[in-house]
Amino acid sequence: MQEAIPLNWRKYPERYRLEGTHCRECGEDFYPKKTICPNCRREGKLEDKQMPREGKIISYSKVKASHKDFKDETPYYVALIELKNGVTIFSQIVDSLDNEVETGAEVKKVFRKLNDKKDGVIAYSHKFKVED
Amino acid sequence: MTGISAYGTSIPLRRIKVEEIAKQWGDNPENIKNGLKVREKTVRNQDEDSATLAVEASREAIKTNQINPKQIEAIYVGSESPPYAVKPTSGIVAEAVGATPDLTGADLEFACKAGTAGIQAAIGMIKSNEIDKALVVGTDTSQSSPNNALEYSAGCGAGALVLDKQGEIAEIKKTTSYTTDTPDFWRKAHNEFPDHGGRFTGKPAYFKHVINSTENLLEQIGKNKEEFDYFIFHQPNGKFPLKAARKLEIPKEKVEPGLVTPKIGNTYSAATFLGLANVLDRAEPGEEILLTSYGSGAGSDSFWIKMKEQPKDKLEEKKPEKTLEDKINRKKYVDYGTYASYMNKLKEVY
Amino acid sequence: MRDVVIIGTGQTKFGEKWEKSLKNLMAEAGVKAVKNSKIKGEEIDALYTGCMASGRLVGQEHIGALVADQVGLNPIPSTRVEAACASGGTALRTAYLSVKSGEHDLVVAGGGEKMVDVPTERVNYALGGAGDQETEIFNGATFAALYALMARKHMEKYGTTEKQLAEVSVKNHENGAKNPYAQYQREISVESVMNSPEIASPLKLFDCSPITDGAASVVITTKEKAEEKGSDYIEIKASAQASDTLNLANRKSITEIKATQKASKKAYKQSGIRPKEVDFAEVHDCFTIAEIIAMEDLGFYEKGEAAKAVEQGKTKLKGELPINPSGGLKAKGHPVGATGIAQAIEAYKQLTGKAEKRQIENPKTALTHNVGGTGATAVVHMFQKPSKEE
Repeated sequence: MQEAIPLNWRKYPERYRLEGTHCRECGEDFYPKKTICPNCRREGKLEDKQMPREGKIISYSKVKASHKDFKDETPYYVALIELKNGVTIFSQIVDSLDNEVETGAEVKKVFRKLNDKKDGVIAYSHKFKVED
Repeated sequence: MTGISAYGTSIPLRRIKVEEIAKQWGDNPENIKNGLKVREKTVRNQDEDSATLAVEASREAIKTNQINPKQIEAIYVGSESPPYAVKPTSGIVAEAVGATPDLTGADLEFACKAGTAGIQAAIGMIKSNEIDKALVVGTDTSQSSPNNALEYSAGCGAGALVLDKQGEIAEIKKTTSYTTDTPDFWRKAHNEFPDHGGRFTGKPAYFKHVINSTENLLEQIGKNKEEFDYFIFHQPNGKFPLKAARKLEIPKEKVEPGLVTPKIGNTYSAATFLGLANVLDRAEPGEEILLTSYGSGAGSDSFWIKMKEQPKDKLEEKKPEKTLEDKINRKKYVDYGTYASYMNKLKEVY
Repeated sequence: MRDVVIIGTGQTKFGEKWEKSLKNLMAEAGVKAVKNSKIKGEEIDALYTGCMASGRLVGQEHIGALVADQVGLNPIPSTRVEAACASGGTALRTAYLSVKSGEHDLVVAGGGEKMVDVPTERVNYALGGAGDQETEIFNGATFAALYALMARKHMEKYGTTEKQLAEVSVKNHENGAKNPYAQYQREISVESVMNSPEIASPLKLFDCSPITDGAASVVITTKEKAEEKGSDYIEIKASAQASDTLNLANRKSITEIKATQKASKKAYKQSGIRPKEVDFAEVHDCFTIAEIIAMEDLGFYEKGEAAKAVEQGKTKLKGELPINPSGGLKAKGHPVGATGIAQAIEAYKQLTGKAEKRQIENPKTALTHNVGGTGATAVVHMFQKPSKEE
């Protein structure tokens, strides 16, 4: 949906800075942002909060066959990463030396291009890199 | 006063060796390495560009000294390879580091000295009391035409400085410049690759501006070369800075710490920032640094930088956890095909 | 409350149907179902059709209207139901509810998908809509990649092996080879699965269900009406559905699909049939790992034990609990919107003794299980052969 400019612009704080939501009522952090607290619903008191930039890999996969936006970039790694505050996020793993991508590896967030097609705006977002 | 309170760097993981490029075009790698004094250069990943490198370098600077990004009141990004012809990288960096919206921003161009022009702009804003803190970045992921000498040296990287009135790491005591119209290296708006004047890029271009600017600075501040501990010159290859040193009668030991091109290639607008970072990583309180950049077209900006007097351990705390050297040593080699594909060269050749 | 039954079914052959359009497929399945049910078009009160991604795959929305029009049944009400890969199952449930509630007396629940008209990368992008577009697809996820993350975790936690996953695929092909409507009619070996090209580690090509065109329909009515007509029918003893977070990252666990657990518990309670009493099941094997996880979530095997059960042949056609006798999504094919309905068709054929070469011996109860995305929707139905009351 790269042509959807406002849709992507609205996501900059989440994608660029891992900004999520914190509910002051139940004390939990959420990512991506929530409109309503899943625990407290209308009783929730939500505020913006930046998620930690470090975490560890819970599971990963090397993607060889992708969809139209990424077919030039295969193979690439995707992973579920548990951030230091317990929130899990889906992201790509980049710049790893061989054998570094494994469950439990410590990773940290980097700022990278997601998409750069001829039309539309360049999409930047989070990816993660294994800590050396 | 105006000075540097934080610095950060970012270079890609990947490298390509001179041998690999030479193999592609049937050149003799030893001749190239001796001629240019470059062994290998950085190659950006498909998902990197001068904006992502700028963000990573900026983040390192901000994080190291726990700078509140909302206190940054100006962001200047100098580059000759911005991701957009129209849409500023400074805006993207501002959003990514969380400095928006109460600040000014601009993208600057002047070939490889776009970043140091940004330092001068920041100094102006700070010294005139308009702002207290500025973020200045030099960043590039430069293009080079296949089968052209530039292919051996055109690299990718970014360096960032946070400047303010406190100068926690070093003070920028004086700056001077030397600017002319000299057609040594250019790229017209709709061309993919730059062109250059061959040997014309030497004496009438690089050396004339670097040497004059450096000598002018020394004269203006009334100091001798001997009083400086480090000289950082713009470094399109590993040879020119050493030749400039000889012409200026400066011992090469004072130039070598600031010379990173042999291992990462010419990072264009980032080159002097990365050379400076390499020096800052090892410089001690009180030491004196002279930095002269060079941008084709042409111009040089010179700076007198003095490390802040403070206990050594206090200074060390303000330096990033990873040195530039650490980053230079963490690398992964690619072959020519991968390099050409990542640098988007394939479509333009035929 | 009324008893609801299926009195007849119809489907197209599943596969790459170059000459057939979405309209052709939907109409063909619908007409066959009506013919096989021995009813007349005039008797139909409403249509419910599952279709996931016609917008992205053929540029067409408003599928409810499309189907009614194509089968000449204007002006009856016709509605599209969408729940990603569970579109068929939820269309079935919606149709069931409309008869159960007394609103309608006889309806047709169908599903279909036309997937080969756009390049594969676009199909993957369209299927990505089953996940979270903004945080999964945008970041490079494909469905295979998301299930691959679940697979790897399951393998690390329970010791499930790639070879055990391959056995799921082999069994389903064995069954599909006996199903004249299946996309793939040939058996494969464990070796061929292990050597097939990697799609998203550890899943390989033959761990993944294919891209398929097809449509399927069932006719649903009250038991009373079925008895009146003297039709061959099966009873829908339970229909249950549950939801979970849209994206995989926000789930409490990635080695189970809680929505399946919740829906199946409700279905067991509603029907009074316990897991041990289920004679066979059609589960959602969009990827081999999904079948393993389903076997555990549905309460058939303990957590971590399903892979061994497959390896031991317990879920083969002649095993203690046949799973996916139709060939499953893997061998039968997965025209997304049709799948949930096709599962019900297999239940009907087996329970009425019409499964021919794949016939299980005297089954009385069946469970069908249809999942949307990586588990954001799960819908479970229980079917029973009518007990002959004199």
